Amino acid sequence: MSAATHKSSALFKSSLGKKYLMGLTGLFLISFLLVHCFVNAMVFFDRSGSLFNEYAHFMGTNIIIRIMEVVLFAGLLLHIIDGLMLYFQNRAARPQGYAYNKPNANSSWYSRSMAILGTLLLTFLIMHLAHFWVHSRFMEDNMLKQPHPDFKTDMLNLYSLMVDTFSNPIVVVIYVLAQVALAYHLLHGFWSAFQSLGLNHTKYNNAIHMAGTAFAIVIPFIFALMPIVIYLRTIGVM
Amino acid sequence: MKLNLKVWRQNNANAAGKLVDYTVDGLNPDMSFLEMVDVLNDHLVKKGEEPVAFDHDCREGICGMCSMYIDGRAHGPQHAATTCQLYLRSFKDGDTVHVEPWRSRAFPIVKDLVTDRSAFDRIIAAGGFISVNTGQARDANNLPVDKHDAEKAMDAAACIGCGACVAACPNGAAMLFVSAKISQLALLPQGQPERDLRALRMVEQMDAEGFGNCSNIGACEAECPKEIKLTNIARMNRDFLAASVGSETE
Amino acid sequence: MALDSKIPEGKLQEKWEEYKEHAKLVNPANKRKVEVIVVGTGLAGASAAATLAELGYKVKAFCFQDSPRRAHSIAAQGGINSAKNYKNDGDSVYRLFYDTIKGGDFRAREANVYRLAQVSTDIIDQCTAQGVPFAREYGGLLDNRSFGGAQVSRTFYARGQTGQQLLLGAYQALERQIGLGNVQMYSRHEMVDVVIIDGKARGIIARNLITGKLERYFGHAVVLASGGYGNVFYLSTNAMGSNVTAAWKAHKKGAYFANPCYTQIHPTCIPVSGDYQSKLTLMSESLRNDGRVWVPKTREDAKAIREGKKRAEDIKEEDRDYYLERKYPSFGNLCPRDIASRAAKEACDDGRGIVPSGFGVFLDFADAIKRLGIDTVKARYGELFPMYQNITNEDPLKTPMKIYPAVHYTMGGLWVDYELMTSIQGLYCLGEANFSDHGANRLGASALMQGLADGYFVLPYTIGNYLSAEIFTKAIPTDHPAFEEAAKAADERMKKLLSINGKQTVEDIHRKLGKIMWEYCGMARNAEGLTKARKLIQELREEFWKDVKVTGDQNDFNPELDKAGRVADFLELGELMVIDALNRNESCGGHFREEYQEQGEAKRDDANYLYVAAWEFKGVGADPELHKEDLKYENIKLQVRSYK
Repeated sequence: MSAATHKSSALFKSSLGKKYLMGLTGLFLISFLLVHCFVNAMVFFDRSGSLFNEYAHFMGTNIIIRIMEVVLFAGLLLHIIDGLMLYFQNRAARPQGYAYNKPNANSSWYSRSMAILGTLLLTFLIMHLAHFWVHSRFMEDNMLKQPHPDFKTDMLNLYSLMVDTFSNPIVVVIYVLAQVALAYHLLHGFWSAFQSLGLNHTKYNNAIHMAGTAFAIVIPFIFALMPIVIYLRTIGVM
Repeated sequence: MKLNLKVWRQNNANAAGKLVDYTVDGLNPDMSFLEMVDVLNDHLVKKGEEPVAFDHDCREGICGMCSMYIDGRAHGPQHAATTCQLYLRSFKDGDTVHVEPWRSRAFPIVKDLVTDRSAFDRIIAAGGFISVNTGQARDANNLPVDKHDAEKAMDAAACIGCGACVAACPNGAAMLFVSAKISQLALLPQGQPERDLRALRMVEQMDAEGFGNCSNIGACEAECPKEIKLTNIARMNRDFLAASVGSETE
Repeated sequence: MALDSKIPEGKLQEKWEEYKEHAKLVNPANKRKVEVIVVGTGLAGASAAATLAELGYKVKAFCFQDSPRRAHSIAAQGGINSAKNYKNDGDSVYRLFYDTIKGGDFRAREANVYRLAQVSTDIIDQCTAQGVPFAREYGGLLDNRSFGGAQVSRTFYARGQTGQQLLLGAYQALERQIGLGNVQMYSRHEMVDVVIIDGKARGIIARNLITGKLERYFGHAVVLASGGYGNVFYLSTNAMGSNVTAAWKAHKKGAYFANPCYTQIHPTCIPVSGDYQSKLTLMSESLRNDGRVWVPKTREDAKAIREGKKRAEDIKEEDRDYYLERKYPSFGNLCPRDIASRAAKEACDDGRGIVPSGFGVFLDFADAIKRLGIDTVKARYGELFPMYQNITNEDPLKTPMKIYPAVHYTMGGLWVDYELMTSIQGLYCLGEANFSDHGANRLGASALMQGLADGYFVLPYTIGNYLSAEIFTKAIPTDHPAFEEAAKAADERMKKLLSINGKQTVEDIHRKLGKIMWEYCGMARNAEGLTKARKLIQELREEFWKDVKVTGDQNDFNPELDKAGRVADFLELGELMVIDALNRNESCGGHFREEYQEQGEAKRDDANYLYVAAWEFKGVGADPELHKEDLKYENIKLQVRSYK
């Protein structure tokens, strides 16, 4: 092979580098989903919301978590930018498409629709952040303030914000639909991240696939349950 | 048996192309798809029209030359078969069948259904080999190879370079082709000295040719006439990462 | 011109070493100034081009396919022979040499074949080092299988895709040299003439198949590795594009064509099923390791099977005729190809064929499945069974395969001397395109061996002996009158083909030629039929030049025009084959003359025909001139080839 020209800086310019970035950020976002889901699942165990509020307070005030929040946004941004770059490069790789095509014969629709699913999720995320994160972080909303059980500080009653938000059935429906999109995004994304990083072994492939499928069903299901349960609580059914 | 064809006709790389309708009658279900195209061409020549240009050679599924996107799929509906190994029994009498060339920026159209796949050759030339000049080899049995690895290497080596993976991939990626060669040589002890360099060079050339990126859709594996596995792509990902991050090779 | 085979003096075992020690060399600085043209990129061409480039020569390589990787060597299934004796079963260079000579029915040159057996061991080493994934045993060492015509296990293989893997090894070596800039590769280029200047080959005219333009290329030497001419029969196991054009043009420019009548009919192919058929598919000979060939003992049973009233399974064991095992007990189903083919023809001519056309016999795996288990049989024949099933819609694990012989390989080709040089100075010929090593019949797994031997280990030594005198020859400009003339002739011929505008397609005439050849110059020939065939071919050739219809333009991608040029050459070659078959009043290997047989076995005539028939071109339709190269057997005693 001829004289060397490869630079390690070229790694992330290469097609494979973009895959690694996609996989790594994807796995990172998956880990966030797990934490987020765990914290929010507290709403199921306590109708008053105080258990959830306590966890949320910890998450909102702990310095490490706050740093991770910045990292999370960076990861998300990278995932989005990288994804868009891949999308446009891949479109350019086939300037003229097929007049007649049967892609369903060889692949699943959601594996081919990661960009669309991702865009839907991004749209949802903006709404979601406006609903909760912006409120809790930037708006002086005295309604939400309540004393912390240790009586030294205030803490936000985010649970009441949830109740408030999910009393609107339209919002509930949008949230549930977004979780469907998330489920499909994960159904392909979970194992795909492992594959992209080369973490593929005949002995463990099945396990990864099963874990991915389980994750893609369970986590979005729990998320979807939250607005539903809270809505049902607001109308007094539960 | 009768088929209605919609065949892509295009005079050369720069000309505009279009689908042209043909009806071929008097067919036998035991004919191969290419023999059906032969019949069509025979009619066209006798009418004084130019026959449909298409690539084909061995007609036994091994040379990798034939390359048609038939009825919306690379090499047509038959699983694990090249175009030449597709038989008309896969269709019903009176079916309408689209026949198009591979579509990829890296495979420009030469004429009708014929494309230029020399990008694959250039990728191999960039590093898809073991550097051993004639006469340098030691006795073949001085280098035992784990049978299991040898079998996996053979699985990857079965690639015929037809380009169906690129044609089927919604992203127009060539990862299955490239990873098959990287895997074959990475699995064998003979391939170890150049393992890092090979992965770097081949991926670099693949990117330069304008192929798309892999998003693990798996259409390539599903349409590959030789059933090359996605695990090869994972191995390539691993090797390229190791070579980029871990090795001193530049 | 007298034929000088340039066989070195000395003992058989020492000839090649002796030659190599005394061959002239070209020093590295001079190699850079020397250009070599290689036509064809199969095993012989790709290995030669890569090796010459490694040595430092400037190489220009040509193939008509879109990539050098697609040459038809890729379709060889079974394996490659080598005298490694890894099995410790008594193999040796001498035994491989002997088996090859005997397999060739004592019509090959001793010295060439011995050299082939000698370098066969280097080939396996080289290919293994390139990463060819040969089959392995559990201990990690190389596995072997047995093949027709040998009583030792010396065949190395890579599942049922040995040719593919060997070719990809050579192709990768070639691509490496292309990447390094040592080889200029011209894909989709077809050689349409060789250019001779002052009696030496100095270049070629090639048609760029994309633009249709005729291009001129200079070389200090020209190497043809353009494969065999089996497609003269229209239906064969060759690829659709396989053709004789390069070799034939060389022949017309003065290169002698040797033994054109020796045609190998492979016994295990899928029978012809209809008129639309474009090619015949081979089922590897390795299947005969475990498959048993049979037809019913009675014509009645055979008829019932043909008419679909009975199935193979309905015929009781005692009513089956395992004719190869019966006639050739010591080799049984593994007897050489020509013998197995003729035996199949004999059974079918006797009215015991088992396919509707009457031309087919069974290849049965039931016993092997019983003995080894279905999984072992499946594993052993990799993709051959699914391939058969896909083509025929029948599962060979459940019902016997149906097979019949088909044209597969041509032992004849351009005459070459020990150095692989043709009768034109500086024009070399390798692989199936030459006549050299297989005599009248080629053993299974020997074609791959010969192609790679020629390309990797023979030509790179012998060409230096010639090129050492050429280092002061400056590149000849391609506007030289010889180039002009050759290009003009090629151009005129294409214009002529396009201008005829008759009624028949190229395919129509090719099919007619195939029928003549198969009927009169196929598995069995006789003087009367051959005489008739010559006349028929001459008439067909006239018909072609009056009535063929070639569409499209000359300066365009035009596969019809390419095909027309190839068929025009086949129409001339076919006549030479018939002439050669008529001249050879004996039966040997792939040439069976009905007049010369003893109890159904071929009867050689060593007293009168122990020679290579090298034909000199004297004009289309004119009688060619015969030059005889007497074969001297100094180490092997001639005997009746018996596999009983």
